[in-house]
Amino acid sequence: MNSPLPLVALIGNPNTGKTTVWNALTGNHAQVGNYPGVTVERRVGWMAIPGGNGVNLLDVPGTYSLVARTGEEQIAIKAVLGLQGQLRPELVVVCVDATNLERSLYIVLQFLEFGMRVVVALTMVDEAAASAPDPEKLSARLGCKVVPLSAHRRQGLDGLRAAIATALKDDVPPPSWRWSPSPILRSKLDLITESLPAEWPKNDATALWALMSVGAEDELVGIPPALRAAVAIDDKAAQPLDDEAIIGRYRWLDTEIHPLVAKPPDRLRTERIDRLLIHPVSGLMIFAVLMFSIFQALFLGADPIITAIEDVFAWVGAGVRSTLPVSMFTDFVVDGLIAGVGAVVVFLPQILMLFFFLGLLESSGYMARIAFLMDRLMRTMNLHGRAFIPMLSGFACAVPAIMATRTMERKRDRILTMMVIPLTTCSARLPIYTLLIASLIPATLVGGWLPVQGLMMVGMYGFSIVSTLLVAWVLSRTLRPLRAKRLPFVIELPPYRMPIFGDVVRMMLRRAGSFLTDAGRIIVVGSIALWALLYFPRPSPEALSSWRTELAANDTGAPEDVEGLERGFRLEQSYAGRLGQAMEPVLSPLGFDWKIGVGIIGAFAAREVFVATMGVVYGIGGDVDEQTPRLRDRIRAERHRDGSVVYTPLVGITLMIFFALACQCMSTLAAVRRETRSLAWPTFLFGYMTILAWVVSFAVYQGGRMLGLG
Amino acid sequence: MASILDIPRNQSAVVRHVGGDRSFRRRIMEMGLIPGTAIRVVGVAPLGDPITLAVRCGRISIRKDEASVVEVVT
Repeated sequence: MNSPLPLVALIGNPNTGKTTVWNALTGNHAQVGNYPGVTVERRVGWMAIPGGNGVNLLDVPGTYSLVARTGEEQIAIKAVLGLQGQLRPELVVVCVDATNLERSLYIVLQFLEFGMRVVVALTMVDEAAASAPDPEKLSARLGCKVVPLSAHRRQGLDGLRAAIATALKDDVPPPSWRWSPSPILRSKLDLITESLPAEWPKNDATALWALMSVGAEDELVGIPPALRAAVAIDDKAAQPLDDEAIIGRYRWLDTEIHPLVAKPPDRLRTERIDRLLIHPVSGLMIFAVLMFSIFQALFLGADPIITAIEDVFAWVGAGVRSTLPVSMFTDFVVDGLIAGVGAVVVFLPQILMLFFFLGLLESSGYMARIAFLMDRLMRTMNLHGRAFIPMLSGFACAVPAIMATRTMERKRDRILTMMVIPLTTCSARLPIYTLLIASLIPATLVGGWLPVQGLMMVGMYGFSIVSTLLVAWVLSRTLRPLRAKRLPFVIELPPYRMPIFGDVVRMMLRRAGSFLTDAGRIIVVGSIALWALLYFPRPSPEALSSWRTELAANDTGAPEDVEGLERGFRLEQSYAGRLGQAMEPVLSPLGFDWKIGVGIIGAFAAREVFVATMGVVYGIGGDVDEQTPRLRDRIRAERHRDGSVVYTPLVGITLMIFFALACQCMSTLAAVRRETRSLAWPTFLFGYMTILAWVVSFAVYQGGRMLGLG
Repeated sequence: MASILDIPRNQSAVVRHVGGDRSFRRRIMEMGLIPGTAIRVVGVAPLGDPITLAVRCGRISIRKDEASVVEVVT
């Protein structure tokens, strides 16, 4: 039996190059799980060390302190103490930014207070240049090994491996405090220590963590009532105790560590760049150009690749169909399975592109500037400044946009953003809008120069922006888990740094891979289910032949597309067709008939499928798009049983409003399911959007009729 | 008492007292802004809020209503 490998935690402040160190040490080969209770990835990778079987390296999310207020901030303490069934790390490697020494050593002092084996990985040494401290002196002052790293040149990694191997053989050091608690704090710590849960280490450092973290408004999980009762301190009384600990540590850092820094690091480059990038005029202009380029790349740049992917899958489908005999099984393989896999792969170009851009923005330091620039605007809707890019991406496609909410740390910010992204006008809505506008809105000019059709399209974008922001405002004020709590906005604007290409590509591939395996599975299953809904039950041979007889009897002599009409007949007989007919009482107050209902069901696969489904419903086959004149003519000619026109311009507008607001996209729901790891949020998303879509469509249609526009 | 908002742009001041609610104080103090620390106002966002401070060797951005409760000596 092999003894299990020791667990080593890798931790540090944000922007200290921790990801680069992790990638370099583990080769980015990781087992990915989840931290208990929160939707944050828990990555463990194997790492070689001299003279052993290696260790498992645990990637702990970046943080400035172990003290926590939210469930996300609590991850660090749980990971390093090995709480909630996690293995307790035997050693902590802390990434310390050589260009920001005191602040990034603050958390090291916390670890030393716990009495943990600590190895300091001193990063950004090349950037710090002359202002980097002498590692030997730093090591002597801290009482733990310090290894200087130059991540860009990949220097020092062997030294770090050796230091870890050596430190693991050392005894666990006793707790070491660089400041002494006052008698009041002392007695409070003793009181709390008594009430610490059995699983937690019973020491002063753990008690201090509880004292500084637990409070009236915390969102921590798994704090037993007995511990809460022991801490029981109001914010006013806590203030001097918080100050004692924080100021005590910084005082030590200022007297012992500060003298090791010969001169302050050179921030001239960052200062110069910021003068341009956060300037009221040039800053906003550059921001607008950058965002526009990202959007164009997603919206237009990805398009040829997406078309190519669609063509490949169509070609494979046609090939399979021609080799297999005509059967239900063949239909399943081609229209269910292959089309379903195609529906997943088609998202990849945009996901890869978006995460590539996000990686560049994040690692260059610009992402923090976006939060800074956009905070004032986003705050009015109770959204995080970082929600800007995900929401902008939503105008290309909601699926990568929902995945991009990961750049936000807090769950509440992520979920609120996810709940409104599907309201943005994604590119899949455009074929529907184009078809309806071109078919139903007259191509006249307002005031002699403004085209009505173009105005309609712009109007739909405007409607979508207003509804997205409005819904964010309402949700953040009504729904308890999304309510905006008064949380401090304190963000670091890191120095600008050259992105490390390899790290960006690795992150991009990892995200794309997890989309394929997680959300992809749901999308394939959903596509097959939807195919079955539109395919079964098949009409009996008798029913089919009597339909053919009837068609022949009604022959008007006009050339008929018999095959297309037959597909329409089959769809009418399918579960989806019947469901559409059953839904008619709900749809008719919106001016929709059952055929539109079938189109709405079909659109659940992806909104643009609405167009092809309508082609089948109207008996002209599924091989149509929004530009097909026959489909446009057919839509204009469609009549109710009483002979009245189905698609009045008002119905067209109502249908567009319906698609603007309804969550007719199972891939979006699959992505939300994947990112929230819950069924409740996608269910809520689908529910609220469907109700909203119905109510607003109802108001528009009935209101329009009252105004005599019907 | 002067607050951060009273410091002219690109001028330094020394923090005297950090006010505000507990989570704000704790967060900003743990990032190194404690009584006695020299800070400098580096910039204001184009929409007037938030502002950026140079604190120790880094940059921290906070909102104006929170900056108003950090007392400084200029």
